[in-house]
Amino acid sequence: MSVVRFWRNQVNRYNLEGTHCNSCDEYFYPPRSMCPTCRREGELESHRFEGKGEIVTYTIIHSAAEGFENQSPYPLAIVKLDEGASLTSPIVADPEEMYIGMRVKPVFRKLGESGDKGMIYYGTKFAPDKND
Amino acid sequence: MSVGIVSYGSYIPRYRIKVEDIARVWGEDAETLKAGLMVSEKSVPDLDEDAATIAVESARAAIENGNIDPVRIGAVYTGSESHPYAVKPTSTIVAEAISATPVMTAADFEFACKAGSATVQSCMGLTSSGMIDLGMGIGADVSQGAPGDALEYTAASGGVAFIMGDNESEPIALIEDTYSFTTDTPDFWRREGSEFPQHGGRFTGEPGYFKHVIGASKGLMEKMGTGPEDYDYAVFHQPNGKFPTRVSKELGFSRDKIEPGMVITKLGNIYSGSCMMGIAATLDQAKPGDRIFATAFGSGAGADAFSIKVTDKMEQFQKYSPKVWDQLKDPVYVDYAKYAKHKGKLKRS
Repeated sequence: MSVVRFWRNQVNRYNLEGTHCNSCDEYFYPPRSMCPTCRREGELESHRFEGKGEIVTYTIIHSAAEGFENQSPYPLAIVKLDEGASLTSPIVADPEEMYIGMRVKPVFRKLGESGDKGMIYYGTKFAPDKND
Repeated sequence: MSVGIVSYGSYIPRYRIKVEDIARVWGEDAETLKAGLMVSEKSVPDLDEDAATIAVESARAAIENGNIDPVRIGAVYTGSESHPYAVKPTSTIVAEAISATPVMTAADFEFACKAGSATVQSCMGLTSSGMIDLGMGIGADVSQGAPGDALEYTAASGGVAFIMGDNESEPIALIEDTYSFTTDTPDFWRREGSEFPQHGGRFTGEPGYFKHVIGASKGLMEKMGTGPEDYDYAVFHQPNGKFPTRVSKELGFSRDKIEPGMVITKLGNIYSGSCMMGIAATLDQAKPGDRIFATAFGSGAGADAFSIKVTDKMEQFQKYSPKVWDQLKDPVYVDYAKYAKHKGKLKRS
């Protein structure tokens, strides 16, 4: 990933900043520039998700992509945030801990890096929320 | 002084390795090491954690615990000896992640194990002079210890963030005064590009740790006209359990006064955040009116001593903030192979 491409979406990745449509009350992550339901009538505003949600479904990655080999096996899940938007994210948990419906919270982690000399990309992953 | 700690937060990775597991690999006697170091296990970072992620987690905890508006934070300083970049600040990552940007200043500090306390002193200056409203000082590290080196039994990971302010009604603990003692003493170092630090073995003790910690501690008590009897608690930098135990005895603090802050036994030495974590663990238990004496030490070498007085705001703060000792409960233990992988000592070809 290029440095600029990551930087443009950095705030969204750091702080789960998405959008909310005031017309239909739907939430979006990543942010949208137009509401797919309300189209021109949509009134989008920036929205920071609290980050709490639950696992809708998950898989365990055993054969990881280049750069992530050291982390396998690791869970990758669809997380439905409490406001309604869903996103795909690695889960900071052992594969044996995973179950559908698990409550999760956001954590700040390294998402990847461009080799030993390039940029380190940070952002949000999710971890089991034992207090929820 | 009305400057003080308005909020604080800490972060400890969930993984641990026991001294037995490290000793087994290097053929050392675990019981002798545990008795000598007074450390039974240490924290280990996850594969996707570094000093920046740990600094962010502790900073976010401080914001949440004190219900602080991040826009009020005019400075973010991060002390670490494991900043992920040689050039590019960790503190800008933290500031962006807590939404304190853009009208603020940020910089990274390095002074071995006392970089964290140096950030606190800087924030004290900026807030008490009126240059900024609130300042955030962080000590965070994923400490390095070469395989087989004595440091490997203690070099741990974790972070602490203090939010400092000078608005009289806010601090949960006032910094009554601070005093530093610094000389050029090469007891521990890591050259640019080197993976692991080097140290002077026993030289790190008397001319390093003890000279500076005692110098700063006595200096502060003389300056303030106080003595060990005036303090309810004491915290000293914890490279192992033995050094703070000995120095507290030499200075006249009883064992029960250092006990609440002695996180080294279960956490290890988190370098830049070591003394700050001890202070945080002590603040977790302190009551309004209690006084805490704390001295951080950094090789190279210097010590920063602080006299802290807990205010009546602390009771409300303690109701909602997670405690350091609670974070040390229920760890996930790893063996040496997994530890080596997590620390990047074992690399895939």
